[in-house]
Amino acid sequence: MPLTLLIFVPLLGAAAVLLQSEERSVWISAFIFSLIPLGWSLYLLAVFDPHASGYQFVEHFPWIPQFGISYHLGIDGISLFLILLTTILISLSLLYSGGGDIESRPREFCFLMLLLESALLGTFLALDLFLFYVFWEAMLVPMYFLIGIWGHGRKIYATFKFVLFTMLGSLLMLIAIIYVARAARGSLGYVTFDLPELYKIRLSATEARWLFAGFAIAFAIKVPLWPLHTWLPDAHTEAPTAGSVLLAGVMLKAGAYGFIRFAIPLFPAVAVEAIPVFMALGVIGIIYGALVAMVQPDLKRLIAYSSVSHLGFVTLGIFAFDTQGLEGAIYQMLNHGVSTGALFLLVGMLYLRRHTREIIEFGGLWSSVPIYASVFMVMMLSSIGLPGLNGFVGEFLILLGTYFSRKVAVYGAVTGLILGALYMMWAYERVMWGPLTKAANVTIADLDKREIAVMLPLVGLVLFMGLYPRPLLNRMQPSIDALLVRVKDAQAEVQREQVVASSGFLPESAGATVTADVRGSK
Amino acid sequence: MTHDFPALGLILLFPLLGVIFNIFFGQRCGRRVVNFIAPAAIFLAFAAALAAFATLLGMPRGAALGFDLWPWIEAGRFHFDIAFRFDALSGVMVLVVTGVGALIHLYSDGYMGEDEDYARFFAYMNLFAFAMLILVLANNLLLMFVGWEGVGLCSYLLIAFWYDNAEFAYNGRKAFIVNRVGDAGFVLGILTLISALASSGIWTLTFTEMAKHRETLAPVATLAGSLLFLGATGKSAQIPLYVWLPDAMVGPTPVSALIHAATMVTAGVYMVARLNFLYALSSQAMTIVATVGAVTAIFSATIAIVQPDIKRVLAYSTISQIGYMMLGVGVGAFASGIFHLMTHAFFKSLLFLGAGSVIHALDGEQDMNHMGGLKRTMPVTWVTMLVAGLAISGIPPFAGFFSKDAILASTYASGHIWLWAVGVVTAGLTAFYMFRLLFLTFHGASRIDASKRGHVHESPAVMTVPLVILALCCLIGGWIGLPDGILWGDAFGRFLMPICPTLKLTPAATLARGSLSPAVLSAIAFGLAVSGIALAWSFYVMTPGLPARLARNLSPLYRMLLRKYYIDEIYNTLVSRPLFWLSQVVLFRGVDSAIIDGAVDGTGLGVEASGEGLRRIATGNVQHYALAYLAGVLAIAGYYVYLVHRH
Repeated sequence: MPLTLLIFVPLLGAAAVLLQSEERSVWISAFIFSLIPLGWSLYLLAVFDPHASGYQFVEHFPWIPQFGISYHLGIDGISLFLILLTTILISLSLLYSGGGDIESRPREFCFLMLLLESALLGTFLALDLFLFYVFWEAMLVPMYFLIGIWGHGRKIYATFKFVLFTMLGSLLMLIAIIYVARAARGSLGYVTFDLPELYKIRLSATEARWLFAGFAIAFAIKVPLWPLHTWLPDAHTEAPTAGSVLLAGVMLKAGAYGFIRFAIPLFPAVAVEAIPVFMALGVIGIIYGALVAMVQPDLKRLIAYSSVSHLGFVTLGIFAFDTQGLEGAIYQMLNHGVSTGALFLLVGMLYLRRHTREIIEFGGLWSSVPIYASVFMVMMLSSIGLPGLNGFVGEFLILLGTYFSRKVAVYGAVTGLILGALYMMWAYERVMWGPLTKAANVTIADLDKREIAVMLPLVGLVLFMGLYPRPLLNRMQPSIDALLVRVKDAQAEVQREQVVASSGFLPESAGATVTADVRGSK
Repeated sequence: MTHDFPALGLILLFPLLGVIFNIFFGQRCGRRVVNFIAPAAIFLAFAAALAAFATLLGMPRGAALGFDLWPWIEAGRFHFDIAFRFDALSGVMVLVVTGVGALIHLYSDGYMGEDEDYARFFAYMNLFAFAMLILVLANNLLLMFVGWEGVGLCSYLLIAFWYDNAEFAYNGRKAFIVNRVGDAGFVLGILTLISALASSGIWTLTFTEMAKHRETLAPVATLAGSLLFLGATGKSAQIPLYVWLPDAMVGPTPVSALIHAATMVTAGVYMVARLNFLYALSSQAMTIVATVGAVTAIFSATIAIVQPDIKRVLAYSTISQIGYMMLGVGVGAFASGIFHLMTHAFFKSLLFLGAGSVIHALDGEQDMNHMGGLKRTMPVTWVTMLVAGLAISGIPPFAGFFSKDAILASTYASGHIWLWAVGVVTAGLTAFYMFRLLFLTFHGASRIDASKRGHVHESPAVMTVPLVILALCCLIGGWIGLPDGILWGDAFGRFLMPICPTLKLTPAATLARGSLSPAVLSAIAFGLAVSGIALAWSFYVMTPGLPARLARNLSPLYRMLLRKYYIDEIYNTLVSRPLFWLSQVVLFRGVDSAIIDGAVDGTGLGVEASGEGLRRIATGNVQHYALAYLAGVLAIAGYYVYLVHRH
C-alpha cells in the first residue's frame, strides 16, 4: 500500500497533533509526521522505473462498485515530481511556521496543514474521477480555514473570493464528471469513474466539447488563466505565509495537472481544437501578469501576480502538445513551486520583522540583512529564468516546444523574459538597494538558523534543477510520450472523419498540428 | 579533430573556487587573504589556459581540445550538453580574459584597498571570470547563453556594487533589462536555429554540428543571424541597445576595465565570429552587422568628443571601438574583428585602469574640467596612458594600428566604400577625443580642486605594474598580425583561419572600379589620425579657451552631443513611461480592478466589494460558511450520483 501510506500518514499525523497539549510538541510532531511522507516519496522516487510510461505502485480496489467508483491510485512521470514538491514544501512550511509566523492556535494550524497535505497528495495520486473530485474539493477546506483564521488584512473577502471562484469551477467539473461516467454505459456497458477505462469511451463531438469546457473552466480557475485569475492575488496576499507557499507552490499546479491528467487525455480532439484559445490566454497571462505585477506596491501581491505570468508559460507548454513543451510545462510547475514558494517564505520572514509588506517601507536592506538579501537574489534569478538555474530549463523547453507549432505565441512569450526581469529587479532594487533610510530597517535581524535551514534545500534545488535536469526530465518523458500518442491518435481520427466528410479533400489546417506533436519524441 | 583534454576544467575550476571561497570565507579570512586568493584564482586559470594553448599549438591546424562534463537538457531527441571546446578562437579569447583579467584583479587589490566590502567585490569579479570563460569555452550555443547571461548578471551586480546609491542601483538594473531585450532576441535566434536543424534530424546545437550541416541553416540564416545580433547589440552595446553602457560607468573602475571594456562587451563580436558559418550564409545579416557597427562607431565617437567625465569618454569610445569590430566581422574579416577585440582589450583596459589611477589619486574626481597638469605627479600613469592613446588612435607601431587597419582594408575590399569612409572618419574622431582626454588630464595648467591638490600621488606598484604590462602589450601586441608581405605577415589571421575563415564578399562591380592600394588606404587613415591628434593639441594645449568659445557658438550642436542625442529621453518617453501607464492605469486599475473584479463582485455571487459590509456579515462565521458550502457540494454530488444510479 505504498501510496495509501502517503495519503494516510498525514491524516494520522493530524490526529496525533490534536492529542498534543504543549505548543512545542505540536510543532515537533507535525514536522515529524510531514517528514514521513517526504522520506517515503523520496523512496518512491528511488524505486520509480524511469522507463515505464504507465502508472506505477498502482492500488485499485472497488469502493462503491454499484456506481463504478473505485479507490484507484497510481504514479507516473507526470505526477511523481509534483508529489515530491508537495511533501517538500509541506515540511519546509511547517518548519518555518513554527518559528513565530503562527502564534495563535498552532495545534489547529498543524492539523489543517496535515489535512491539506493529505488532500493535495490524493489529488495527484487519484486515478478515479470521483476520488479525484473528493480530494480536489477536500483541499479547499483546510485552505479555507488557513486563510480565514491565520490570514491578514481583508482575509474574509479573500477567502470568499477564493472559495466562490473555485466552487464555480468545481460544480461544472462535477457535472462533467458525472456525465462522463454515465456516458461510459453507452460505450462500455457499465458506469465507471475509472480514468483508464474512460479513455475507451466514445462521445459525440458536441458532448466532448461541453465536457471539456466543464473540466477546463475548473482547471483554468485553479491555474489560474486570465481572466479568471483575480481570486489569486487576494488569496495569496492575505493568506499566512505557509498558506501562500502551498497555494502558489502546489495548489495552482493541481489546475495545470488537471489539464494534463484529465481534460486533455479524456477529450484529446477538443483539446487540440482549443489550442489557439489556450495559447492566446497563456501569452496574455504572461504579459498581463508581469505588467500588473510591476505596479504593485505590496511585495507579496507583486509575487502573487508573478504567478499569473509564470503559469502562462505552463499553459503554453501544455498546449504545445509535444515532448519538449509538456516536459517544460511540468518542469516549470516544479520551478514555480520552488522559487515562488521560496519568495513567499522570504516575504513572510520580512513581514515577521517589520509587520509591513509595502515596498516603500523598505530600501537598503542589503546592508542590514545581507544573507537574507543574497538568498532573495538567488530566488529572484531563479524566478526570472537565469540560465544555469532551474527556471531557465522550464522556460526554454516550453518555448522550444511551442516554437514548432506556434511561432507567434513564442514571439509574444519572450517578452515575458524581459518583463519578468523588469518587475522582479525593480522590486529588488527598491527593497534591498538604495540608501537605508528608515530606522526600523536598520535594526532588523538577518536570517536565523531555522530560516536558513528552510531556505537551504530550496537554494539547493534551484541549483540542482538548473544544472542537472536530466534525472527529472528522463522520468517524465515516457508518460508524456504516451499522452502525446493518445492526442495524436485522436487527431488522426478527427482528420479521417473530416476527410470523409469533405468527400476526399484533405483538410487544410490539420496537417501542421499532427506533425508537430510527434517531433522529437524518441 | 577534438582531443579530450580534461585539464580544460582547471581553467574554469580556479575562478569557481575563488567565488566559493570569497562568498563563504572571504570576510572571515580578512582582506589580505582575499587580496591574494582572488587574483591567484585568475592567474592560475591563465596558467592553465597557457598550458592548453601550448598543447593546441603543438597540434595540426584547426584542431581543438574538448572537455565534456555532463548531459544538461535532454528532451525528446534533443540533447544539449555541458561541454567545452578550446580551439584557436576560444583559445585567444580565454587568454585575453584570463590574462587581462588577472592583471585587473591584481590592480583591484590596490584600487579597492579601502572598500569595506572587498570580499563581495572579489566574489563577483571571480564569478564574472567564471561566467565569461563558460561563454567563450562553451561548445554549443545554449551553454554559451549560460555564460552570456551569467556575465550580464555579474555586470548588473558590479555596476550596482555600491548599492546604497540609488542611482547606481538603477543603472545596474538598467544594464540588465536592456540586455534582456537583446537576450529575448538571442533566445528566438536559438529557437530558429534549433528548429531548422531539427527539421533535418540534427538534435543538438554544438558549433561543430551546426557548421557541418550549415546548408540546412541557409533558409533561416538571415532571421537567425539578425535575432542573435539583436542579442549582440545588447551585450556589446551597439545601436539601438547601447544606452546601458555609459551608465554602467558608476561601477568600480576595475569593473569598467574588465567587464565594460576588455571582455564582456566584446562577447557579441565573439558570437558573430563563432557563428561565422551562419553569417556567411546571409549577406543581408552581414550587411546589418557591418552597418550597425559602422554607424555605432561614428555615432558614439561624436558623443565622446564633448563628454566632460573621463570614464564616460572611455565608455563611448568602447562603444565606438566595438562598432569597428562589428564592422570587421560584418564584412567577413572575422579574424580581423577578433584581432581588434584583442588589441582593444589591451589598450582600453589600460585606459580605464589609467583613468582609475587618476580618479583614485583625486579622491573620486571624474570631471576632466577639474584635472590637468598631472603628468609630473603621475608619470607612470601618464606614459602608459599615452601609449594606449597612441594605440587606439592607430599610430604605428602600436597595436591598434594593425588591427584597425586590417578592418578598414577588409571593409574597402568588400566593396562597402561608404562604410569604409565612415570608419576612416571615425579614426580621425577617435584620435581627437582620445588626445583631448590625455591633454585635459595630464597637460596644461592644473584645474584640480584646492582641497585635493595637496595629496595627489602616483598609484602604488600593485596598480602601476599592471599598467606597465598592458602598455607593453599595447606596444608589441599588434605585431602578431602584420599586413601580409611584411616579415611574418598576418600570423594571427592564419592561426584563426581554420576556425573563422575570411569571407570574400568582393562584388565584381567594385573590382572593376579600380581600387586604392592597401598602402594608400593605410596612409589616409594614418593622416586623419595624426590630424585628429594635432587638432586636439591646438584645441586643448595651444589655445585652451577655444573649445569653450566653439561650444558657445555651436550651442545647439554642442548641447545635442553633450546630451547624447537625447536618446535616453526618447526611450523614456516612448517606452518606459507608456509601459508603466499601461500597466498601472489600464491593466491594473482598469481591467483587473474595475472590469474583472467589478464583474465578480457585482454579479450576485454574494460577495460585497466593500470591506465594511462584508465584515458585518462574515466575522466569526467562517465555520458556518464552510459547513454550508460542504453541505451544498455534498447535496449536489449526491443528487448526481442518484441520477446515475437510476439511469
